[in-house]
Amino acid sequence: MGGIARWKLILVLAVFALGAYYLYPTYRYYFMLSPEERAADRDLRSKIIHLGLDLQGGMHVILEADLSQVPAEEAKDALDRVVEILRNRVDQFGVSEPVIQKQGEDRILVDLAGVLSEEDVRDLIGKTARLEFRMCKPATVASQVVDRLDRALAARTPDTTQARPLSSKFALFYNSQYGVPTGAFVTEADIPAVNELLKSLAADSLLFGDTDLFWDHETHTIGEVKGKILHFVDKTIEIPGDQVANAERRFDLDYERPNAPGVSITFSNRGATRFAQVTKANVGNHLAIVLDNVVRSAPVIREAIRGGRASITGSFTDQESLVLATVLRAGALPLDVKIAEERTVGPSLGRDSIEMGLKAGVLATVGTVLFMLFWYKGSGVIAVVALALQMFLLLAGLAALRGTLTLPGIAGIILTIGMAVDANVLIFERIREELRNRKTVRAAIDAGYTRAFMTIFDSNLTTLIAALVLFQYGTGPIKGFAVTLSIGLIANMLSAVLVTRMIFDLITSRRRLERLSI
Amino acid sequence: MQILVNTNFDFMGKRRWAYLVSGMATLISIGSLVLHGGPRLSIDFTGGSFVEVRFDQPVNIADLRSAMEEVRLPSAEIQKVGTENDYIVRMNEEEVAKLSREALGKEISDPFGVIQHAVGKRMPGVGVSLRRQETVGPKIGGELRNQSIKAVLVALVLLLIYIGFRFPGLSYAVCAVVALFHDVILTLGVFSLLDREVSLTVLAALLTIAGYSINDTIVVYDRIREELKAHRREPLEQVINRSVNLTLSRTMLTGLTTIMAVCALYFVGGTVIHDFALAMLIGILWGTYSSVFVASSLVVSWENWRQSREPGRRRGARRPTPEAARSA
Repeated sequence: MGGIARWKLILVLAVFALGAYYLYPTYRYYFMLSPEERAADRDLRSKIIHLGLDLQGGMHVILEADLSQVPAEEAKDALDRVVEILRNRVDQFGVSEPVIQKQGEDRILVDLAGVLSEEDVRDLIGKTARLEFRMCKPATVASQVVDRLDRALAARTPDTTQARPLSSKFALFYNSQYGVPTGAFVTEADIPAVNELLKSLAADSLLFGDTDLFWDHETHTIGEVKGKILHFVDKTIEIPGDQVANAERRFDLDYERPNAPGVSITFSNRGATRFAQVTKANVGNHLAIVLDNVVRSAPVIREAIRGGRASITGSFTDQESLVLATVLRAGALPLDVKIAEERTVGPSLGRDSIEMGLKAGVLATVGTVLFMLFWYKGSGVIAVVALALQMFLLLAGLAALRGTLTLPGIAGIILTIGMAVDANVLIFERIREELRNRKTVRAAIDAGYTRAFMTIFDSNLTTLIAALVLFQYGTGPIKGFAVTLSIGLIANMLSAVLVTRMIFDLITSRRRLERLSI
Repeated sequence: MQILVNTNFDFMGKRRWAYLVSGMATLISIGSLVLHGGPRLSIDFTGGSFVEVRFDQPVNIADLRSAMEEVRLPSAEIQKVGTENDYIVRMNEEEVAKLSREALGKEISDPFGVIQHAVGKRMPGVGVSLRRQETVGPKIGGELRNQSIKAVLVALVLLLIYIGFRFPGLSYAVCAVVALFHDVILTLGVFSLLDREVSLTVLAALLTIAGYSINDTIVVYDRIREELKAHRREPLEQVINRSVNLTLSRTMLTGLTTIMAVCALYFVGGTVIHDFALAMLIGILWGTYSSVFVASSLVVSWENWRQSREPGRRRGARRPTPEAARSA
């Protein structure tokens, strides 16, 4: 077949074959495998086009670590350890293919796909999870502390008649009969006020001595009144959390609540020894189990415990206990983190977005194809072939780059469908013009392509510049848009210019055309 | 099927009308923006929380408002969207963090949890599910603002450099960029008039429009260059006018197909991509308009103004021929 250089034909076929090679895994994964098979085939998963969080459903979180307590040289290491521990936690919790990355000096990016319950995820990645075992202070010491606090507060507002501003808010104080063996019981309504008072005194550590005041984790109902217990806990950490070797969720830990979930803790050898010592020396006293400065429980020590095990019970939900066990196993974060940004897409919206994106894509494609056929008749068919090839190359390119498809990415694809036509329009309008100026078909085609090429190149390049800037400065979904737009433009130049030219050459080499359907 | 061939509209002659239209549109846009204190920024730039929820039955928006008031969030903005009992609730993040323990009796740390709780109290039996939720802290909001401004500036500079390189001569590059500014400001203006939010995706649309606008303009400039070379003795205004006419069918056609594609996105694409599609739609309309009526007209005006500053020379005698580094 004369008319087309052999190398050009081979090149096009090679590109096509390469494209098919890159796209096949994606086709297989989404259209030929069942969900179980998909989950199992990790190798295949590494070769496909992934769906972004906005299409899959999931959580995107940016954590900011508090580096204020950490000297500069250790900051990098501390952040690395946080990443490691978070990865551990997320892995153990069973989230598939999480993305956890450092960002800058003090930020961590976490992308979790397909996650349903955000509150648990917040606990999973946001909790420092610093576990401490400390002794509770006896009533005598607690009273002294409260006295000092009361006096300090009263001294601040001398004209008030309230001599005991703090303890007047305690409904009960160290009252075993009503279930408050350690600490003060504060009704719900008074909790904010107590917090305010304590905060105002926080700077003066002399008042507190060696006592920390921590709230209990849950609300209790005593009589008909709801409130929380404020515990008085020794500052000394008898056993730190890093002595915990293992933590498990179990359902058999609470005698009073059978089948209630709880967490069973196993200490390391050193921890177990220490635990035995502490319990032996403190029979009859209360041991506070403190997690992130909140008292989970404060049971009384009945005897020395040699087995190196402890349990945390309380009103957990199943999920909460699972998260707690996971978090304790993986270890406490060396830095406190807080959530600086969070974006969550529920699975229903994810599915809807895919559906709507596809619908819009089909609509745009059908509209464009019909238009091309109607406007350019025979030559329109060539343009449509070029469009099909362009879409194929775009998807293949995305697969080859292991890209992620997001909703803006789909918008980018749709945009390139609309703009793809431009190259063909430029060429065909030129050909029409040359034909009007009485050139031969062959000459008109030549002139059309030659004149139009530079313009096509220029104009695609400027849109490409905008896309590159968006890629550089954009976040997740917008990066997806920039990628599909860029690949689409490049694919457009290839197929609209090279391939359509080849097809025209093929047609005109066969026979001498008097007229061109254009 | 051929239309718009052999047209000979006097675009350049009538350019004063175009300036009038553009001038008024620009004034209205800037006026609206100033009146509203700038474009309405989404939480991406201001920080805050945004929740889109779906109810399993039709609800009264007044009920929703009182539910939010009861959990001490009276300033939460509520808006119905879409067609399926979907609502968007916007909240100030600090308020959410502060109230969770006090008003709700338990530790709820996420905005959707707050809404769920409120709905459960006020409208029991009504199910509410999460479509999507976003919370942006104030620090990150500020950073995104700065990053966005940087992105816009970098894009402008790069585009300016590129045009300057392909079409040397100050007039072409500057007029193209002015047309670009015009397109972006007018798009922002319409957004401001319609009281729509400018989010990160809308910003992405604006940058894309910038690329498209320059794209369109370059096609005309290319033609101008070609015509100037072929007709060296013709006055500039005439050559430019003819070039615009010659590229008219292409400009319209490409505008049409792109708008068709964007319309598909706008009508069928769903709430998430809605604002993006709207921005693209408005931007492409303005971009097409400016390529035909504004960019080239400005070049003519510029050159005429330059001529008039050099007395003793005939009008149109000297023309800037944008010699390219590589010829077409």
